[in-house]
Amino acid sequence: MAANYSVLLVAALIVLSLPVLTLFVLAPLVRASRPNKVKLEPYECGVPASSFAFDHRFSVRYFLIAVLFIIFDVETVFLFPWAIRFKQLGWFGAVEMAVFLAILLVGYFYAWKRKVLTWV
Amino acid sequence: MTWNDVVFLLPEIIISIGASLLLLAPVVGWRQRETSAKWSMLILLGITALTVIGCSYWVQEIPQSRSLAGMFALDGFAIFFKLIFITAIAMITLLSDDFLRESRYSVWEYYSLLGFALCGMMFMVSGMSLISIYIGLELMSLSSYILAGFFKNEEKSTEAAMKYFVLGAVSSGILLYGISLIYGVCGSLNLLDIGRALSTIITNDALMFGVMLLGAGLCFKMAAVPFHVWTPDVYEGAPTPITAFLSTASKAAAFSIFARIFYLALHDFQLDWSNVLATISALSMVLGNLAAITQDNVKRMLAYSSIAHAGYALLGIISLNSLGLRGVLIYSLVYVFANLGIWATVLMLRRHEYGGERVDDFEGLSRRAPFWAFAMVIFLLSLGGIPPTAGFIGKYFLFAAAIQAGFGWLAILAVLMSAVSMFYYLRLVVAMYLREGREADVAITRPLQIVAATCLIITLLLGIYPTPLINQATESSRWIGARAAIIPHAGR
Repeated sequence: MAANYSVLLVAALIVLSLPVLTLFVLAPLVRASRPNKVKLEPYECGVPASSFAFDHRFSVRYFLIAVLFIIFDVETVFLFPWAIRFKQLGWFGAVEMAVFLAILLVGYFYAWKRKVLTWV
Repeated sequence: MTWNDVVFLLPEIIISIGASLLLLAPVVGWRQRETSAKWSMLILLGITALTVIGCSYWVQEIPQSRSLAGMFALDGFAIFFKLIFITAIAMITLLSDDFLRESRYSVWEYYSLLGFALCGMMFMVSGMSLISIYIGLELMSLSSYILAGFFKNEEKSTEAAMKYFVLGAVSSGILLYGISLIYGVCGSLNLLDIGRALSTIITNDALMFGVMLLGAGLCFKMAAVPFHVWTPDVYEGAPTPITAFLSTASKAAAFSIFARIFYLALHDFQLDWSNVLATISALSMVLGNLAAITQDNVKRMLAYSSIAHAGYALLGIISLNSLGLRGVLIYSLVYVFANLGIWATVLMLRRHEYGGERVDDFEGLSRRAPFWAFAMVIFLLSLGGIPPTAGFIGKYFLFAAAIQAGFGWLAILAVLMSAVSMFYYLRLVVAMYLREGREADVAITRPLQIVAATCLIITLLLGIYPTPLINQATESSRWIGARAAIIPHAGR
């Protein structure tokens, strides 16, 4: 029993050591090291960073959009297996999926009307 | 899924459609109609209650464990608790009415979330599979997190919601881990299948671990020591009607699934968990009652008292006999209504934004509102378990069950701790009747009167004439009792 898992352990060690080796051992040997202020800044869309992340508060809209994205992402996850079995499930499956989509649409409609999608 | 399943789920379907409509009402231009929000909620609850009663007649004919592939049962136990939940939510709706009107927050979303929480509780108490119970529990918990932080511009409310959410998420993780271990050992998530599998398994570390994690997750939901730390802060910070919700309906829901899981699935495994739960029960009673003595804030005091009551309710689960199962049913009902009555009285004492939060606020209530002061005394006596009130019947069943199951020491401790609890309940009585000082500032409105009066009638009537309640509890626990092989009266 435990022997079967030792294979997994070895695999996990190899997988974990790869990024450590490349980032911290191999790369410093190969690359030139000439740091300056701009290079050490976090990457922000290629434009100069305006401020540090913890200096100001984020609009709650970012989170609302993220939550809405997750809802519809998960919806798609449920749609794929349903679509594959569409014929076998028949009308009952179609109705059930319609109910599921309707429930999600209620939330979407609510968010839309509460002006979550309006970007000021 | 067939049409039979739709009938089984009809109350849940109705309440979820209704709650969705409540959510949509403000965005189609009804935002200002705050009175219609309350009435819509009450009508929705009325329809749901009628459907539950209607369903209970319909499903008598159908084998109850076989709906939705065995994931959902509409037995007497579930129907009993569903009706308690619906009544409690209706009362909380009445309690919330004035409280919300004075705040600047949207009432429609509030009632919608209460509706979804109710849907989760109703689904959970019918769950016959660990996964359907978990889904119901999450629906209830997520709605409660939002409701605890509903007054989002108030620091205390936000803090309560944040603490509740973070700790609740961790406990859900623990619960799921326990469920997955049990599934790994038993090969099924269905409670009856787990029960059958356990009767052949002798002992197993993974299973033991799974049961303990499951128990820990459930103990968090019912706020038993040592998983109680969130309770006082959340109860204090949440809007008072939501504290009433958390300490009554939500708590009764936790009792109900605790009883269902342990009676149906784990009865053959009792020796291994009963001592652990007995310790948790003893700790909850001792710590809850002793910590409540020192509290000056009524909401915190009732939070610690509710921790102690979780300890009493655990007696009915540990004992695993017919008395214990009936005790859980009776105690939940009695506890919910005595507590709702107390919250109604607390809300009568509102000064400015807050309810009668301090013990001092009760000073002189007997002169300003003699009848409601008297009602408060009855509710407090009921929580303490003093004979003419319904609380005595609940405690009698639980303590008798513990003695019958051989947990005499626990019953003695419970009686002693009930005496301790009377000490801090009487502090409120002393403040109301004996303290001279400023007159209590009261705002007694019609909805609060209705709730307090109903709770008073239930508490006194069932205390003086408990036979119908006991008969109903016997009837309602029959199906689970037969599955757990504890009927008739066979003490294990």
